Amino acid sequence: MSEQNTVQFELDADGIGLLTFDQPGRAMNVLNPSLVEPFAAIVARLESDETIKGLVLTSGKSTFVVGADIDQLATIASADEAFRLCEDLKRVLRRMETCGKPVVAALNGTALGGGLELALACHARFALDDPALKLGLPEVKLGLLPGGGGTQRLPRLIGIQKSFELITQGTELRAAEAKGLGLVNELAASRAELLQKARDWCLANPRPVQPWDKSGFRMPGGDSRHPGIVQLLAIAPSIANAKSHGNYPAITHIMSCLFEGGLLDFDAASQVESRYFAACVVSPASKNMIGTLWYQLNAIRKGQSRPRGVPASKVGKVGVLGAGMMGAGIAYASAKAGIEVVLLDTAIENAERGKAWSQALLDKAVARGRSTAAKRDQLLARIRPTTRYEDLAGCDLVIEAVFEDRAIKAACTQQAEAAIATDAVFASNTSTLPITGLAQASMRPANFIGLHFFSPVDKMPLVEIIVGARTSDETLARGFDYVLQIGKTPIVVNDSRGFYTSRVFATYVMEGMAMLGEGVHPRSIEVAGMKAGMPMPPLALQDEVSLGLSLHIMEQTRKDLAAEGKPLPEHPGDAVLRTVGGEHGRLGKKIGKGFYDYDGKDKALWPELTRLYPPQAGQPAQQELIDRLMFAQANEAARCFEENVVRSVADGNIGSIFGWGFAPFHGGALQFINAMGAARFVKRSRELAARYGERFAPAAIVLRQATEGGRFEDVA
Amino acid sequence: MTEAYIYDAVRTPRGKGKKDGSLHQATPVWLLRTLLQALRRRNALDTALVDDVILGCVTPVGEQGADIARTAVLDAGWAQSVAGVTLSRYCASGLEAMNMATAKIASGMEDMLVAGGVESMSRWPMGSDGGAWAMDPRVNTELAFVPQGISADLIATLEGFSRQDLDAFAAESHRRAALAWDEGRFDRSIVPVTDLNDMLMLGRDETIRPGTSVDSLARLAPSFEAMGAMGFDATALEKYTTVEKIRHIHHAGNSSGIVDGAALILLGSLEAGIKAGLKPRARVRMAAVVGSEPTIMLTGPTPACRKALGKLGMVPGDIDLWEINEAFATVPLKTARDLGISLDRVNVNGGAIAMGHPLGATGAVIIGTVLDELERSGKATALATLCIGAGMGIATIIERV
Repeated sequence: MSEQNTVQFELDADGIGLLTFDQPGRAMNVLNPSLVEPFAAIVARLESDETIKGLVLTSGKSTFVVGADIDQLATIASADEAFRLCEDLKRVLRRMETCGKPVVAALNGTALGGGLELALACHARFALDDPALKLGLPEVKLGLLPGGGGTQRLPRLIGIQKSFELITQGTELRAAEAKGLGLVNELAASRAELLQKARDWCLANPRPVQPWDKSGFRMPGGDSRHPGIVQLLAIAPSIANAKSHGNYPAITHIMSCLFEGGLLDFDAASQVESRYFAACVVSPASKNMIGTLWYQLNAIRKGQSRPRGVPASKVGKVGVLGAGMMGAGIAYASAKAGIEVVLLDTAIENAERGKAWSQALLDKAVARGRSTAAKRDQLLARIRPTTRYEDLAGCDLVIEAVFEDRAIKAACTQQAEAAIATDAVFASNTSTLPITGLAQASMRPANFIGLHFFSPVDKMPLVEIIVGARTSDETLARGFDYVLQIGKTPIVVNDSRGFYTSRVFATYVMEGMAMLGEGVHPRSIEVAGMKAGMPMPPLALQDEVSLGLSLHIMEQTRKDLAAEGKPLPEHPGDAVLRTVGGEHGRLGKKIGKGFYDYDGKDKALWPELTRLYPPQAGQPAQQELIDRLMFAQANEAARCFEENVVRSVADGNIGSIFGWGFAPFHGGALQFINAMGAARFVKRSRELAARYGERFAPAAIVLRQATEGGRFEDVA
Repeated sequence: MTEAYIYDAVRTPRGKGKKDGSLHQATPVWLLRTLLQALRRRNALDTALVDDVILGCVTPVGEQGADIARTAVLDAGWAQSVAGVTLSRYCASGLEAMNMATAKIASGMEDMLVAGGVESMSRWPMGSDGGAWAMDPRVNTELAFVPQGISADLIATLEGFSRQDLDAFAAESHRRAALAWDEGRFDRSIVPVTDLNDMLMLGRDETIRPGTSVDSLARLAPSFEAMGAMGFDATALEKYTTVEKIRHIHHAGNSSGIVDGAALILLGSLEAGIKAGLKPRARVRMAAVVGSEPTIMLTGPTPACRKALGKLGMVPGDIDLWEINEAFATVPLKTARDLGISLDRVNVNGGAIAMGHPLGATGAVIIGTVLDELERSGKATALATLCIGAGMGIATIIERV
């Protein structure tokens, strides 16, 4: 058979066929017609050809099959079409598992989503004992559910309770964990052993019947009638909604599949799953998430925002100035990617402390079995603490993460530039100070760029790249390459006050404070933030950011604008910030008091708040508060796009989700407007503007979309 | 409209709803058979005069399942012409049974009925019948399901009741119940349960602890804190957005007891009573049900009471005696506060905290209890109300004749 065939088939002397998935032109196999059709043909042969005694499924790639083809899913126009697509695949799988001959999955690598569902329809599964191998049903992360029988076969193999967790959270398991759960029969040390075990199983089990097709089958741990499962079902929605707040219909649909499926026989249950799958496919949440977290994210990673024509670059050695929390985090992320790091601070104890932060992170990882002592030591050896600027020699890139003060930053820039090559890139990790202004201290402003990391650096996936007025394309490309090199996602924005993320993020917390000032009950504000799908409520978030920092930025901005002869526009949240942070000195979580009182891990709203801002008699509906919090952000994001601060829709959406956690089910701050439709957005914005102030007046670009058509999308 | 009269009311003592409870070995049909036979005997009743038996049962599964009313009628040896129907309005089932019987009499459709209910909670634990409200994740999410204990704690939090307030109420329930027994105030209604050899199984409510005090209750740990922390609190607080934290202060000692028991009421028109040679004890004046917000769930009594009172042009002050089911201490406390009534007139002989709440039967139990008390104290009017699962309330007003 030709190497180019997606599905290769060889029959051995014992009559056991080896079917190898190897889609041409792809790094990984996905379920789409190009794979399913030839596969179905082989299943048909298995049913009718007496010389074939059994079948082993494996892959010619380093992974097995990693899921459905998102491109195909994205073209589905109706629930009916989704249902049929689902049922077509299931029919093949059902024929395979009921044909009376053994079919075994030899999992040579990762099997996710539809790939794992394919394996679950086999009579046995063997997996390579490889740390890179992952098994899971992650569909929920794109607002979908396993529609290839996964919600039915998994609980029939490992029980409803474990399935709840794995499917609603999209957990990925390592081979040994999967074996422990009973998902995999046995592990193999090598590919040869893997195939041998799979063949042996076929020969030893010539007439297998799936457990759920045997009479008297009982679900492990009990079906949906079992009292223990009934109890689980009663609380599972509360557990899920405490995090999802009902914004992710796929989670509820998964629970329904497990519940209803636990009352029905396999075939009926499988069809119920198809119904819920179809509902997920056509849900706005799924469309938003696939659009942004799949297509737009991939476009970013492929370099949509990177200047073309600049050769790819790699950083071998990076200098990090300032070993505080941000500097230490940047050092860790860089060293983790194999980059040599010079970690510089004014005192060697500080620099050492910055390195110790990496040590602590890694010790934890080793203790939890996520890393090894050898790997830890290798990584730590790459970080060199110092106080001497000369040690920066040979750095391709220097990132300063010192105090947000222009004079200090200028001094660092000049000292570093004296030590590094003329073609090295100098980056500032400022989150607030305009890059063009900071670049005035630089001898080489074309090589000067902003790399805005988020805290905590080891966890936050985004880096906001800020292009100053004089930053060259080459510098931007090199900054972009570095961000990808350390495994993070870059968005590119033009220089402007607050850049993109800080500027839009601020509208969320400011709106929360404005509500408090109006006499909205503080708790209701916080609940609205969570229900809106934000990771933290606005007042708690302001405490995390620190009221002191916000007051400082407000003053700095006032001074900067005054220098330009402009007044600082007053936001109704400013007064609350001044009263609570200024007058009452409640500067935030760091000092144990802000909008909340902090006591160890516990916090409670400061009781005085409701006396300072007595809740009004007629409290607004939650939806009103949610709209205010979301429209404030979306409208500001639209203004940033209109002002060319954020340079692409993908950057705007991904930046909002990865940067400050904008509700992912909306697909990002700009997609929020797309999904709602510009006309509706404008209408509602005007209502909010009439009630709460001009800040809600719709951005000009959305007004244009509402009248002339168009939406936020990048032109390929 | 024909008026409905109460001719008799009987109940079993309430047995602890556990394996070591004295009624655990009695089947639910046996409890009903015991009461049906007692009704016939006490009233020298020609059972052929009875049209129907309406019984509440909240967990109608297993031997308690199907239509236990009809089963019990036949098992008790009543005339086979007597029909039987089983219903559930959750905790108000026993009172709903009486209200339906009243409506049937009022309409002229039927002349004489038995209403009541049964629950063997030790044999068929709460929730063993499932139900989409809790177990279907789609419905559960849609309705923001939480267990009642979470709702009770939420009400207490909103009302500002302290643990001390609840425990004091609970201790008083025990004190009143013990006193009522000592003074024989339940004698008229109680029918002891014996086994098939006539050996006594239970003659007295089993869960009363006369020495109960705020101090003795202080040792009990909150019952709903752990499940609240698992996620139910968050569900409730998404609706009650001004509450920062639910204070979990209900526990086994200030919530209704889980017990086994049954109760029956004989009702009929005046004419039917004459035909049967019976003397009426009270008439049913009015009844009402309402639906209320399902997550806080237990706030239905106040609007139900107002609805029933309103139909008669009455105000709370017109009622002499109140029975507000002690599902959780917070329920009678809140209802009394809402309606502006003194606790001196509420549950004067104790309630479900002391004596237990056999779900399907309680509504009928408290009617019997308050009727006995009206007669003992020479008072005229009583109102019985219960909070109900999934957010409902019921209220029935009776008047001694």
